[in-house]
Amino acid sequence: MAHSYTPGLTVTEQTVIRRRRQLPLPGTVLVTVGDRVQSNQPVAKAELPGKVYPLNLANQLGVAPDEIPDYLVKKAGEPVQKDEILAENKPLMKWFKTEIRSPITGVVESLSTVTGQVLLREPPRVLDVLGYVDGTVVDVQPQQGATVEAVCTLIQGIFGIGGETWGTLAMAAQSPDEVLTPAHLTAGMKGKIVVGGSFLPAETLAKAKEVGVAGLVVGGIHDKDLRALLGYDLGVAITGTEQVGFTLILTEGFGTIPMAQKTFKLLSAHAGQKAAISGATQIRAGVIRPEIVIAKPAGALSAGAAAAPQREGIQIGDPVRIIRDPLFGKIGEVSALPSDLQKIPTESDVRVLEVRFPDGQVAVVPRTNIEVIEGS
Amino acid sequence: MSAPAHASDTPKLDYPLNVIVATDCGSTTTKAILIEKVGGEYRQTYRGEAPTTVEAPFEDVTRGVLNAIAEIEELSGRKILDGDKIITPCRDPKTGVDIYISTSSAGGGLQMMVTGVVQNMTGESAQRAALGAGAIVIDVLASNDGRLPHEKIERIRTMRPDMILMSGGTDGGAVTHVVEMAEYVAAAEPRPRFGATYKLPLIYAGNKDAQGQVKKILGEKAALEITENIRPVLEREDLAPARNKIHDLFLEHVMQQAPGYKKLMEMAGAPIMPTPAAVGVIMETIAKREHLNLIGVDIGGATTDVFSVFEGVFNRTVSANLGMSYSISNVLAEAGLANIMRWVPFEIDEQTLRNRIKNKMVRPTTIPQTLDELQIEQAISREALRLALIHHKSLATGLKGVQQERTISDVFEQGASGKTLIDMLKLDLIVGSGGILSHAPRRIQSMLMMVDAYEPLGFTRLSVDSIFMMPHLGVLSTINEKAATDVFVRDCMVYLGTCVAPIGQAKAGERLADYELTFPDGRVVKDQLNMGELQLFPLGVNEQATLTMQPAKAINLGQGAGVPVTREVQGGVVGVMLDGRGRPLQLPADSPARVAALTKWFNAVELYPTQH
Repeated sequence: MAHSYTPGLTVTEQTVIRRRRQLPLPGTVLVTVGDRVQSNQPVAKAELPGKVYPLNLANQLGVAPDEIPDYLVKKAGEPVQKDEILAENKPLMKWFKTEIRSPITGVVESLSTVTGQVLLREPPRVLDVLGYVDGTVVDVQPQQGATVEAVCTLIQGIFGIGGETWGTLAMAAQSPDEVLTPAHLTAGMKGKIVVGGSFLPAETLAKAKEVGVAGLVVGGIHDKDLRALLGYDLGVAITGTEQVGFTLILTEGFGTIPMAQKTFKLLSAHAGQKAAISGATQIRAGVIRPEIVIAKPAGALSAGAAAAPQREGIQIGDPVRIIRDPLFGKIGEVSALPSDLQKIPTESDVRVLEVRFPDGQVAVVPRTNIEVIEGS
Repeated sequence: MSAPAHASDTPKLDYPLNVIVATDCGSTTTKAILIEKVGGEYRQTYRGEAPTTVEAPFEDVTRGVLNAIAEIEELSGRKILDGDKIITPCRDPKTGVDIYISTSSAGGGLQMMVTGVVQNMTGESAQRAALGAGAIVIDVLASNDGRLPHEKIERIRTMRPDMILMSGGTDGGAVTHVVEMAEYVAAAEPRPRFGATYKLPLIYAGNKDAQGQVKKILGEKAALEITENIRPVLEREDLAPARNKIHDLFLEHVMQQAPGYKKLMEMAGAPIMPTPAAVGVIMETIAKREHLNLIGVDIGGATTDVFSVFEGVFNRTVSANLGMSYSISNVLAEAGLANIMRWVPFEIDEQTLRNRIKNKMVRPTTIPQTLDELQIEQAISREALRLALIHHKSLATGLKGVQQERTISDVFEQGASGKTLIDMLKLDLIVGSGGILSHAPRRIQSMLMMVDAYEPLGFTRLSVDSIFMMPHLGVLSTINEKAATDVFVRDCMVYLGTCVAPIGQAKAGERLADYELTFPDGRVVKDQLNMGELQLFPLGVNEQATLTMQPAKAINLGQGAGVPVTREVQGGVVGVMLDGRGRPLQLPADSPARVAALTKWFNAVELYPTQH
């Protein structure tokens, strides 16, 4: 019965991570295996095909689709400038002349004699994929991307918004239960990853934008403030593309929840160092959690550490966090794993476990309502 | 149970089928059940569940399957697993199973994009074909959908479906619009959600005269499959060939790309079915066997599926972002806070409620531990169920654009084609499934959640899936009909009872109807049902009572205002509920009055152990 438990978030001083840096479509990989890369260094690039503009020439010229080739000035494959003549008719009287001009600069991609349509494509846009973390290239997938390995300190959050960024870690709060107020944010924090305590009020969010911090890491936030920040009510937790001026990572959840002691201590220990962060969260179809990666220098590489031991379910003594009311956010240690179902106040019969808190108190909690603190 | 969709795929076993283990890999949990032949009939004996493992750190769906089966091993004492393998067939009475089967909706299910020419004709037909095959339709593109061509192309590019279904045009009709759409799809160069290297499966089921041109345009750019037109003539839909193709491609392409599915397919003794397709098989079978009009619902963590069979016509819709865990926050976004709050029988401030809902979203596998948390989740489920039914009604319609024959008697009728098929007054049975309904601590909670959400009219029977095993039985029915039927009748379907709801409104406390309820033992209850009352009478499973009601002048029980009605009513684990809250159901607007009304109703039917 040790199988029903929620894998927790990783908070660890040293681990080895691999991040695949993939192009959305085939392109060129700029690095080779063994290269050292920086977070802001391009590792692969691709040309994103430009936008397509269909234009129905048959309709505009008032001719049958299969006659279109006779009226084309530009043929398929030829480049075209904006407002350049694409096609024209040749009337007997100049008055009746119709010229169709290109709405864009690009190329004539194709022509259909069934629909009378010509497809124009804008020039491609170059897309760079950056290294994201400071590390070593360990694998290259030709035309697709590369995998960067980093020996690092890794802290996963529970939820975030905003994409990948990097900066120096700055501790704004003195303790994990301190609320991050606007006064905590100073002009010197511009471009930095600022770590707060238990809660991030709306005023501080506004101040963070003003200061221009790169990222914020806190225990909790109110949903209504998140809604105000985004401008809409987030329905499904698939994030990472928001553009609110900074990347935000919650380590605990929604509400005022002190950051786990371990997380706070670990972040404090690395204050002043460079961190790469990503707010991308996806809680469905292949979970992605937001993360804070503090890469260690090249020499720190410990081969084989990547293969973390596979967990065999939950054990007595495991540190756990309660992730549902009424004891939401409390941290303790598993003290018993009764195998029989037990009735909880809702009258449901569920599998439970017993958690002992640091003050010696004990609580019985449904097994699904705890998460193991990984990486300890 | 009904015949399998693909009879040729069903395995031929050369040994008797006595022990079956079945799993459903849901988006949140993987549920396993054990079915054993006991004295000539099949019974569901044990169940186990474990978190689904399509995600890190496991990224292999079979891990969750093995964990769920390991729970059954522990509970039953039967050895089923040998390391990472399932022991088949049975070696002795305590070792192995004869077959392992599975359904799956993990990893976001099967996500499709469909195209048509006219949005509410071929576009809707394509949507119905995809939904009926168990897919989530992420967008419907049509020549007349109001989007500019480059917007359509951009949309196809940015969405990453698992599959595209193209339709459009009747056979022999114009080909231009269909070819145009094919050109857009080709220009967008669509890419699948999983796997960077494989071609996106694309089914063409439109005007057969355009097949050649579609092949020319898309043959190189996608894994193109051509099948019969889903709308060969305007008056007829032919969805089966396209649905079968979707099932085939789902197994051949999509499943191969999801984490661990290749392994899962090797483990299973029969083709893996998308969960909604398996539930659909069950719903259709119930309706056909008992000649009923029914609405079925499967409310999951990420999506809510609604099935209906009215006058023999089957429909299914999926509300992709209405669910009780991953999508719980979206229920709040779509329904609005006030609509959720109206079902909560105590005062709670907005901030706390919003934070709680978001915390469930980011930690979707947690369950309510306290009574107020349970009440909040059940309040949200009412709204998810309600919204999903509204969505279903809009799609479960007659064919649109069909010319209607009118007689002189229709001369004043303005009814358009494509009216919804859902008629709540003709509804016989509501079937509920999914965690929040199947696992509600008291069965009356499931009954009231469905009654509040659907507001059935007149006489309606309700039932739930006992422990959520309809998907398992759906796939089982494709390999052994008897086993599926045995378990369905004995262990799966739990009849809750009958809801009797007069239509109309009156002042609070005013008489809605006089009634006389005669129980099977001859006992008679004569009383009055007043506006704002909820009355519950226990009446056992397989028991019937006779109910005679004389409604007040403006009140209708299905036969017309003020017309008396006598009906046999079926019992169940809950009984007969007389719902005098009026239809449409209206809750007091001000908060203290609303809390008082909810508390009164909840106490009247003993919904919860104690009330606030």
